[in-house]
Amino acid sequence: MGELRLMKGNEVIAEAAIRCGCDGYFGYPITPQSEIMETLMDREPWNETGMVVLQAESEIASIHMVHGAAGSGKKVMTSSSSPGISLMAEGISYIAGAELPCLIVNVQRGGPGLGTIQPSQADYFQSTKGGGHGDYRLIVLAPSSVQEMNDFVETGFKLAFKYRNPAMILTDGVIGQMMEKVVLADYIPRVTDEEIDRRHGSWVTNGRKPNRGRNIITSLEMDSLKMEHNNIRLQDKYAKMEEEDVLFEEVQCEDAEYLLVAFGSSARICQKAVDQCREKGIKVGLLRPITLFPFPKKPIAALAKRVKGMLVVEMNAGQMVEDVQLAAGCNIPVKHFGRMGGIIPSPAEVVEALEQKLIGG
Amino acid sequence: MNLADIINPNNLVYEKPKLLTENTMHYCPGCSHGVVHKLLAEVILDLDIQEKTIGVSPVGCAVFAYNYIEIDWQEAAHGRAPAVATGIARCNPDKVVFTYQGDGDLASIGAAEILHACNRGENIVVIFVNNGIYGMTGGQMAPTTLIGQVTATTPNGRDAGRNGYPLKITELIAQLPGTSYVTRQSVHTPASIRKCKKAISKAFQAAIDKKGTSFVEVVSTCNMNWKLSPVKANEWMVDNMFPFYQPGDLKDSTKTDPASYTPLKN
Repeated sequence: MGELRLMKGNEVIAEAAIRCGCDGYFGYPITPQSEIMETLMDREPWNETGMVVLQAESEIASIHMVHGAAGSGKKVMTSSSSPGISLMAEGISYIAGAELPCLIVNVQRGGPGLGTIQPSQADYFQSTKGGGHGDYRLIVLAPSSVQEMNDFVETGFKLAFKYRNPAMILTDGVIGQMMEKVVLADYIPRVTDEEIDRRHGSWVTNGRKPNRGRNIITSLEMDSLKMEHNNIRLQDKYAKMEEEDVLFEEVQCEDAEYLLVAFGSSARICQKAVDQCREKGIKVGLLRPITLFPFPKKPIAALAKRVKGMLVVEMNAGQMVEDVQLAAGCNIPVKHFGRMGGIIPSPAEVVEALEQKLIGG
Repeated sequence: MNLADIINPNNLVYEKPKLLTENTMHYCPGCSHGVVHKLLAEVILDLDIQEKTIGVSPVGCAVFAYNYIEIDWQEAAHGRAPAVATGIARCNPDKVVFTYQGDGDLASIGAAEILHACNRGENIVVIFVNNGIYGMTGGQMAPTTLIGQVTATTPNGRDAGRNGYPLKITELIAQLPGTSYVTRQSVHTPASIRKCKKAISKAFQAAIDKKGTSFVEVVSTCNMNWKLSPVKANEWMVDNMFPFYQPGDLKDSTKTDPASYTPLKN
């Protein structure tokens, strides 16, 4: 078993990055995620593993630095919080279009605009439906514990390289600022330049080699037929993600009459709400999507045949609820309960909402 | 003497640089980009760094620069080439990385990226082609457009009150301790082309020697959008651009170590 520590979610992201052989981090301070870069700067991984850590002049620069380094086959990442992710939207679209692997961490805060530094889940649409321009998707992982903050760094990189696509850890100020015990991963050495050439020689731009032609990384294609072909290739990739890499968790769903659907920190609150409901004799289960894209459509469709109704609990005005409604179909009610502006709902509020919106209704 | 005697390797005085591809250039006749590309291809081959050089092309007329020189390339978003180059160079310190940018890309939308990359002293080369106008989008005002210059968005000439002043970004960049070599060149005569090649070569040598950022501005023409013939455009450049954007070296500290600072007092 790995090293057991008590750590903040944000600190764990930094520690996990160093340990998983990350080659570089480029970022810009923003609350509530600044501890990620602070921890990296304090740890000085350039002395230990050779990992590059650079404070950029903006989130825009950060994501384009990631573009450059990822294009050379390196395992690189950035992190930010909601307003900063909006600034990165341009670069994320370019990275998706150029088909480069990287990891982006969004420790969400409330919006719109400068909003608040308190936690929120209002970037679900931005993360899963786009955010930047064009038809692209991110692989979106939603941790609900500090342990998953640790685990999803390596999971995110694995999926990013599997699909040559940006992966995002979509978390929020609750998980980022919360301290919990965590079992840290063992160290994985950084990938050598020779290994990068062997694995990714067909596309990386790290200097032309005698055994390959020059490589060009671009999302630009002026021939519309070729550009449509590029789009089809991307869509095929996203379809493959939906076939092969959906992650979710079911809690007490076997005998459930009602289902709560929630991700990240809301799912933790819902777990407590499930217990409170069962104490009252209401058979409630919880489905927690772990990958928000690809979305767990099939388990939700299966549960829609067994439960009387679903309540989607999110710290936003109702975003994931649209995906749940699509997956569940029209035969059962699918309702939403949310708090906004940085308010974290209590388990009692969730129980009350369930009773009012589904059981009483 | 027959043709085979004349077309003979011993008689070769000039050839297309080996690193230039066979792709037909999309640039307008008379444009300076083709000459600058040629110089880059020659310098990269002369220094024998074609297998360790990565170019970053901009958004603008030179967006397709990657089609013309036989090296690895990344195509950056508008203005972000210095950030992309930073990412490559930081994670691959043994490689030679350069950006190729126009004046809209570098001095307007990418002003933050270029200033901060230069200020950090990123070990990269910047080739800055300044023709005082947006070429690809059809001749709108650039940050470097001269006062009185007519463009698609300044049909009565650039007016300082309405549009602000032309930006001497190269002068700003020369002030930054992260830069080692900052120069302004042109490619309008055989002599200036030879001089520009020397400057580009010196800039790449500085990157090989890890001297920080080297920055080569090439004052250029855009005869198409200036609505002049290539020859007239060269004359206009000499008469109007050179007095404001004066050719010559602005800074050369390639022979010295990077700037150092005394530590803070407690």
